[in-house]
Amino acid sequence: MTTRIGVVTFPGTLDDRDALRAVRLAGAEGVPLWHGDRSLHGVDAVVLPGGFSYGDYLRAGAIARFAPVMESIVAAAGGGLPVLGICNGFQVLTESHLLPGSMVKNNHLTFICREQRLRVENNGTAWTNQFAHGQEIVIPLKNQDGQFVADQRTLDQLEAEGRVAFRYQGWNPNGSRRDIAGITNEAGNVVGLMPHPEHAVEQGFGPDSAAGPRAGRDGLSFFASVIHHMAETGTALARG
Amino acid sequence: MARVIVDVMPKPELLDPQGKAVAGALPRLGFTQFQAVRQGKRFELEAAGPPTPELLEAARQAATVVLSNPVIEDVVSVRFDQADDAVAGDPA
Repeated sequence: MTTRIGVVTFPGTLDDRDALRAVRLAGAEGVPLWHGDRSLHGVDAVVLPGGFSYGDYLRAGAIARFAPVMESIVAAAGGGLPVLGICNGFQVLTESHLLPGSMVKNNHLTFICREQRLRVENNGTAWTNQFAHGQEIVIPLKNQDGQFVADQRTLDQLEAEGRVAFRYQGWNPNGSRRDIAGITNEAGNVVGLMPHPEHAVEQGFGPDSAAGPRAGRDGLSFFASVIHHMAETGTALARG
Repeated sequence: MARVIVDVMPKPELLDPQGKAVAGALPRLGFTQFQAVRQGKRFELEAAGPPTPELLEAARQAATVVLSNPVIEDVVSVRFDQADDAVAGDPA
């Protein structure tokens, strides 16, 4: 049975189409989800894609958090539904308190767009199990508000519990505390990161890699991981 | 009509990138007196009724739940607009 992965569109979302395409290229079925619709249409997993939901007014992700679809996602995430937040989606996850910490403006104050090297620090989550521990990957990063911050106690707790999922390698592009690029919740079903896996899924359209220019497809493993996770844990319970 | 003013500031222990940018611009424009700038947000909430303690309490709730993110920001002030202060009996 094909894994069905929902991708949420908020007003101002930018990367929903790319995320749906990435889901399909990984071999799953992409299901568009609408911010105003409480139903998750029985999907096995959810992606909160990048963009500028509600124009990033107030704070990035702050208004999206109160969308009807988020009520269902927060409840389902508590029951184990895999949720991946990419960039703005990561910000929505922190605003929803599904993940700790928050994102503030990049320390250099400028928008940044680059091919970013990351180290996989936790390959035991629903979205990272197809990576090797310590594997280096390259996926695009593009943001204005990408500096991950949290208080010392939270940072120490994330480190102690192995909940840092990805760390920037080579250069910290935004001033994020302890080079953190992505984190996971305690259960490992919710993952958020600033860089964009959905932009590194297709030969000719990804970052430069050992395989050649624009050949990087490291992002596919995120979606392959959740497909594997669903196969391991059985199909989703009937959800709204 | 009552108007509540809510001030939200980035936490002092956090680098405030926007404030830093403004602080960098000031001396270039001849304002050399100021060494540091922090930039926050001011919200003006308008309500149809009179300024009551309940209204102020509702504004405090809104400030905590929506207008600020306690991970990165502090609500530094929730008060009625000057004209309403005397009526409000705001202990703060």
